[in-house]
Amino acid sequence: MKSVYVRPLDLRGGHVDLAYGGGGRAMQQLIGELFRQAFDNPWLARGDDGAVLPELAPGERLVVSTDSHVVSPLFFPGGDIGSLSVHGTVNDVAMMGGRPLYLSAGFILEEGFPLADLQRIAESMGRAAADAGVAIVTGDTKVVERGKGDGVFITTTGVGALPAGRELSGAFARPGDAVLVSGSLGEHGMAIMAQREGLAFDGDLRSDSAALHGLAAAALAASPGLRLMRDPTRGGLAATLNEIARQSTVGIVLEESALPVSPAVAAACEFLGLDPLNLASEGRLLAVCPGEEAAPLLAALRAHPLGRQAALIGEVIADPRCFVQMQTTLGGRRMVDWLAGEPLPRIC
Amino acid sequence: MKYVDAFRDGEIARTLATALAREVRPDRTYAFMEFCGGHTHAISRYGVEDLLPRNLRLIHGPGCPVCVLPTGRIEQALRLALDHPVTLCVYGDTLRVPAAGGMSLLKARAMGADVRMIYSATDALALARREPARQVVFFAIGFETTTPPTALVVREAARLGLANFSVLCCHVLTPPAIRAIAEGGPDGEVGQIDGFIGPAHVSTVIGTGPYAPFAAQFRKPVVIAGFEPLDVMQAIRMLVRQVNEGRAEVENEFTRAVTVEGNLKAQALMAEVFTLRDSFEWRGLGVLPRSALRLADAFSGFDAERRFGLEYTPLPDHKACECAAVLRGVTRAWECRLFGTVCTPETPVGACMVSSEGACAAYYAYGRNRDSGADVP
Ligand code: SF4
Repeated sequence: MKSVYVRPLDLRGGHVDLAYGGGGRAMQQLIGELFRQAFDNPWLARGDDGAVLPELAPGERLVVSTDSHVVSPLFFPGGDIGSLSVHGTVNDVAMMGGRPLYLSAGFILEEGFPLADLQRIAESMGRAAADAGVAIVTGDTKVVERGKGDGVFITTTGVGALPAGRELSGAFARPGDAVLVSGSLGEHGMAIMAQREGLAFDGDLRSDSAALHGLAAAALAASPGLRLMRDPTRGGLAATLNEIARQSTVGIVLEESALPVSPAVAAACEFLGLDPLNLASEGRLLAVCPGEEAAPLLAALRAHPLGRQAALIGEVIADPRCFVQMQTTLGGRRMVDWLAGEPLPRIC
Repeated sequence: MKYVDAFRDGEIARTLATALAREVRPDRTYAFMEFCGGHTHAISRYGVEDLLPRNLRLIHGPGCPVCVLPTGRIEQALRLALDHPVTLCVYGDTLRVPAAGGMSLLKARAMGADVRMIYSATDALALARREPARQVVFFAIGFETTTPPTALVVREAARLGLANFSVLCCHVLTPPAIRAIAEGGPDGEVGQIDGFIGPAHVSTVIGTGPYAPFAAQFRKPVVIAGFEPLDVMQAIRMLVRQVNEGRAEVENEFTRAVTVEGNLKAQALMAEVFTLRDSFEWRGLGVLPRSALRLADAFSGFDAERRFGLEYTPLPDHKACECAAVLRGVTRAWECRLFGTVCTPETPVGACMVSSEGACAAYYAYGRNRDSGADVP
């Protein structure tokens, strides 16, 4: 029999059309030529409906986390929706103490989306996954009509292995514990806002998007009593700390002078009337550990390339009201609250 | 050290705090109002109140541009955005201001209205120029600081002969509002206010001159202060001295930016493009004569109220909301029955809860840990 000639995808000038989500040959081709190449691993290469994964080491337990990614713009300084969708989920698994192993990826594509952009995103995902040591072993693609999506939405689910005897939780913080952060705050949030709104600022605003599995492993090794790790994404450090305070029924007091904030973010916040505590980071880790383990943990974070600016920023106190407070540079003490809704610039 | 850090230095703050503690008389109390939301924000954000003597308290005034917008004006903007094929351009925190029935511009947007957040008046003008087929309306709000930029774009639109640009003008004036507070509420109620911390940016435009008759008539000292926390502390110290010495003068702490006559160019621009409204309703302060601006007759073609035939209907504030009393220093935020229960930053009932500069929101977001004993969840 003659093999059927299939015209290769027009990755330069082509666009997503409804056939790519239809389950027919076009979809097969999209998966084969674009995703399989970009993600390149034996599970995906087999072309089955799912992936059969090897056994974990004895005593290890599974950690699962899922995250949907919608970001506008899709490409921003320091990353794109592809790398972000890998980092976000890898980090969620890592923050639970898990060693990230596998990802699944679901794509919702909008009719008319350029294939060249899709390829760029897929390749960025592939690179991010390889760097994080995880394989994207299964996935799904759907196409929605023009106007019913925003280019591309990506949902990733991550699976990791939690070592025997370890367990981290936002409910484990205790009075006397130390609060550490691995680097400067709010860089992702500010970079996106500046790009989206076309704001021109002096200095370099780049997303800090990064996979934190290595840094998290270093933290686990340095602090045997480590209570919890979190990545302060949406809502920023303020939201993350308030969640922890609620979960653990404790108070937290931050020291403003210890908070790492880059000059570029500080300047942009000043201009827009925003607080870096409310802005998202995508490559920062927040850790709470017993007070006596703060020094070795800080040293371990700082020894890692992603944690050079790590800082001890506060402590956990007993407080049934679950207040997060901050000792300001001026010498006052104020609340650090959740933000109501999205950060909106103040006018004056 | 960065420029701004010099005005937030903890060491200097402590020195100032010690000096203040020495200067206040122990046999009396002091209450000063910071009029401006920018000051409210700085005070709460840096915890300035922790550094003040116990017998001195600050009252957060009404000078937050979105907080003083009455429900009726939001309603007007809502009608415009929902019933007319327009693109409404608004400043960020205007989106959340509550109108009747839990509506807001943010909700209108979810219902399909074309409402866009902009960072400056020029963004709205640029949109109108880019898309001539679209009717672009700029919802212009704010005190004398945001007024000159609005004047500029109106003049530019006139020069270009832009037929698809108009302004829903809700610009308000600072001096009549301060006067209204000193005069007391509708029922004559006034809390203890011994002096005013005068606005920073507003005063760069209008100068210190307009406060002088006010200070003399009501025998209340006014000290114009910059927006940094140390500016505020220094201004408080100057107010304490005036009170102790029985003076009621206009003093200027913010000499690095504010002069007696202000920015004459900006004033001329405003006079050219705007004219005084006979009266204007303020949220919390009621209807104040000659307290707001509309477009001057020469520019009335750009007046959205005219172009779209928008009537103004005053709408009452929520019955239990005590903003009016809070803004006058009669009641404290946490004494309002709705504070922290029905009324929170997520679901603001009154204007004072809308922006982080509002008296109630500032207390909720930054000050709940303080003396009040207000145990909110
Ligand atoms: S707490 Fe809410 S309802 Fe009460 S005075 Fe303040 S804004 Fe009005």
